Amino acid sequence: MIELAGLTKRYGEKVAVNHLTFTVRPGVVTGFLGPNGAGKSTTMRMILGLDHPTAGDVRIDGKHYDQLKDPMKYIGALLEAKAWHGGRSAFNHLLCLAQANGIPKQRVHEVLDTVGLTAVARKKAKGFSLGMGQRLGIAGALLGDPRILMFDEPVNGLDPEGIHWIRNLMKTLAAQGRTVFVSSHLMSEMALTAEHLVVIGQGRLLADTSMADFIAQNSRSSVRIRTPQRERLLDVLHGAGITVVEAGSGAFEVDGGKPERIGELAAQHQIVLHELSTQQASLEEAFMRLTAESVEYHAHSDPAAERQLGVPPDEVWGRGNGWRKG
Amino acid sequence: MAATQVIRSEWTKIRSVASTLWTLSLAVVVTIALGMLISALSKNEFDNLDEAGRLSFDPTFISFAGMSLGQLAMIVFGVLVVSNEYSTGMIRTSLAAVPQRATFLFSKIAVAALLALVVGLATSFAAFFLGQAMLGDLRADLGDPGVLRAVIGGGLYMTLIAMFSMGVAAMLRSPMLSLGILMPFFFLISNILGNVSATKKVGQYLPDQAGSKIMQVVTPIDDDTPYGPWGGLGIMALWVIAALVGGYVTLKRRDA
Repeated sequence: MIELAGLTKRYGEKVAVNHLTFTVRPGVVTGFLGPNGAGKSTTMRMILGLDHPTAGDVRIDGKHYDQLKDPMKYIGALLEAKAWHGGRSAFNHLLCLAQANGIPKQRVHEVLDTVGLTAVARKKAKGFSLGMGQRLGIAGALLGDPRILMFDEPVNGLDPEGIHWIRNLMKTLAAQGRTVFVSSHLMSEMALTAEHLVVIGQGRLLADTSMADFIAQNSRSSVRIRTPQRERLLDVLHGAGITVVEAGSGAFEVDGGKPERIGELAAQHQIVLHELSTQQASLEEAFMRLTAESVEYHAHSDPAAERQLGVPPDEVWGRGNGWRKG
Repeated sequence: MAATQVIRSEWTKIRSVASTLWTLSLAVVVTIALGMLISALSKNEFDNLDEAGRLSFDPTFISFAGMSLGQLAMIVFGVLVVSNEYSTGMIRTSLAAVPQRATFLFSKIAVAALLALVVGLATSFAAFFLGQAMLGDLRADLGDPGVLRAVIGGGLYMTLIAMFSMGVAAMLRSPMLSLGILMPFFFLISNILGNVSATKKVGQYLPDQAGSKIMQVVTPIDDDTPYGPWGGLGIMALWVIAALVGGYVTLKRRDA
C-alpha cells in the first residue's frame, strides 16, 4: 500500500506536483495516467525518497521510504529507462543491488531468468537494446520479491512482443496480491492493464476511480443511423421527442439513445434502416477531455501567464477563432 | 540497513567497472616510473650540486617525485568512483536500494579509500625501493630515521588525495566539472601558490602542499614551514573532512 497525503513538489515558481492525495491498494494494477509533464515521474521519485517533497507526506506500508529496512524487499521500482552504469554487466548490476539489501545471490539468477536476460548476464549493459534495458530494470524491481511494484512508463519504446510481456507480467503480479502502480501517458495502454485509475494533470489529481467507473462515466455513447427514407425517419424520431444530429455521409446520430427504441420506432412505421449501431467514444478521447479541462482551469486561474503570452485565454488553447478574422 | 551489506555492495560496484583498474594501474605505473627516472637523473646531477644542494639532498623524497603526476590518476579514480553514479543515472537505483544517504556515501568512500590505501602503500614502497636502486651510492635505507614514516606517508598521501577528490565529486556531481577543477588545481595552481614567495604563506596550507611534507626526510635549508610531517598530513586530512562533509550535505539536501 502506498499512501500519498497532500504531496507537493515545487521547483521555484513552478508547481510540478500539487497537493496529491490518494492511496494505491494491493491486489490490483493501478494506472497512473497523465500527459507528459503532468508530474508522474516526480511523484514516483518522491515515493522512493529520491526527491524531497516541498510539502505533504508519502508512506509505504505506513512508513517513510528511508525507514524501510532493506527497501527492495518492500517495493521494487522501474524508473525511467537507464538507471545503471553501462560499463557494468547485468549480473554485477543486480548483484550489487542484492547485496545492499541482503538478498541472496541465487535470487539474481532467478530474476535474470524471469526477464529472459540469462544469456547476456555477463555482457556490459551499455550494449543492451531499449527492450533489454527495460527488462534489466524490471529484474532489479523484482529482485527483493517485493509486495509493491512501481513501473514508470514501462512500455515506452518497446516492441509489441515486449509490451505484451510487460502487460502480462503486471497482471500476474497483481493476481498474486501485490500492489502494482504503473504510470503511462497512454489511456489505451491503461485500459488494457489497469483496474484502478489515478489521473493527474499539471500535478493535480483529476480522477481516482475504478477503470469500470471511469469508462461508464466518460464513455459517451450514441446511436448511428442510416436510412434511405431520411425525411420520414426524422419526422418519426422528432415526434417521439428524440433529438437527431447530422453525422455526415447521409447518417444521423442520436446522443445517448437506445438502439432498441429507435429500431422499434422504425419497424412500427415500416422504415428501412441500412445501419443502426452503437458508437462508443474512445477512452483516449475521455482522457483528453479530462486533462484538457485541467489545462483550461489552470490557464483561467492564472491570468498573469496569459498576459505574458499576449493573447486572450481562449486563443491560447485554440478554442477562439478571432485570429482567423484578423 | 546493515552497513556491512552496503559495503559489500559498494565493493561489487567498484570491482565491476573498468575505470577502477585503469585509473589505479596508471597511478601505480606513473608514480613508480617517473620516480625511477627522476632518481636516476638526480644521481647524475649530484656532482654538479653546490654545498647547500648536497646537504638538503633527500633521496627518499626524490624517489616520490612521480607522485606529482601519479596523483592525477588517483584524482581521476576518486572523481569517477563518485560521479559515475550521477553521469550514468545509477544514483537513482543506488539510493532506492540504500535510502540512508550517509550510509550510502560513506560506505562507498570507505571501500574506495581502502582500495586506494592498499594501492597507495604498495606504490609508495615500490617507488621507494626502485627509486633507491636508481640512486646507487646516494640511496637512503628504510631503517634510516624518518624514512619509514615517509614511505608509509606516501601511501597515506595518495589515499587522502583520492578521498578529497571523492568529496569534491560528491559536491559537484559532474565528472567533467570535478576533473576540470581538480586536475589543473593540483597539477599547476597549487604548485605555483606553494612555491612563489608572495603566496607561499597561504599556499603551504593547500592540501597537497601540506600533505606532501610527510614524504620529506631531509628538511631543506631555510625551510620555515610552520608544521612538521604529521602536522602537514593533519592539515590535508582536515581538507578531506571538509570536502566529505560538503559532499554529504549536498547529497543529503539535493534531489537525486
